[in-house]
Amino acid sequence: MEPLLIEGTQKTPAVKFNPDQGALEVKGRSIPENSIEFYKPLVDWLENYSENPAGKTIVNVHLEYFNTSSSKCILDVFKKLESIHKSNNEVLINWYYEEDDEDMLEAGEDYESIIRVPFKMIEIVD
Amino acid sequence: MSFNINEYYSKLSQGDILLAYKGSITSELINEVLEAVEEKLEKVNEAGKTRKRLYNILVESMQNLFHHIEETHEGIDEDLDPKFGVLVVERKNDQYNVITGNFIKNDKVQFLKEKIEKINSMTKEELKDMYKFILNHQKISAKGGGGLGLVDIARKTGKNMACNFYTYNENYSFFNLTIEV
Repeated sequence: MEPLLIEGTQKTPAVKFNPDQGALEVKGRSIPENSIEFYKPLVDWLENYSENPAGKTIVNVHLEYFNTSSSKCILDVFKKLESIHKSNNEVLINWYYEEDDEDMLEAGEDYESIIRVPFKMIEIVD
Repeated sequence: MSFNINEYYSKLSQGDILLAYKGSITSELINEVLEAVEEKLEKVNEAGKTRKRLYNILVESMQNLFHHIEETHEGIDEDLDPKFGVLVVERKNDQYNVITGNFIKNDKVQFLKEKIEKINSMTKEELKDMYKFILNHQKISAKGGGGLGLVDIARKTGKNMACNFYTYNENYSFFNLTIEV
């Protein structure tokens, strides 16, 4: 299976999904007007990945901003991870937020309360 | 005397203005506004938290405009750009106001008014539950967030939004939304 690599833009995050190491990363801003268009390849990739995932999948989510249109797509991504976790694979979501950004922490906690996958909230201190 | 868009706009843009715009709300315009505001806030050295909040609210309110305003407005005589909207960001008493304006069909006024009043009446905890419910249960539409935008704005600001509807003609009203950040 090929890795999924997408470069970041002003409105969309950088994506690095490495299937062999089970290392997934989404980093940057996610504020496109059309989020479905951006996130569909990620969800499709995860669908394939879920057929034969690494024993342990670590997901680093490090978003500076995201809009409400992205928030549903991010939930779709997490739901795929939830189903991987459900079939007895280790999955961990590291949710990064910058010091004092309580909105971003709260957003992570919202997901944590909806999705049955272990989350780790990681504060980034300058 | 009916609503006059130019009068409305010139009244809006009198305070301590970071940005005032009227015209087409396009994806490119949103990029430009975000860049400009970010630059200005960096210059005044605004605290990270306020800056982030303002940025987020700008994104949501502009994308609300972007997704909901109509391409053209039949029966409105003025020389309007397609997808016409108004956006003003002003500084007032140590806080920021984000003001948006757009024409809406009269038959949508009641729904929108009630929606905003309902959101305004909710506690922080209720807003959180509502946000999570919509997030988890409603399908995302081609129009974007599926009704999450205003809830998200209310959650982040913790303040009531002020809305006004000015009757324009038999088909349209002008909707003004003021958000304190």
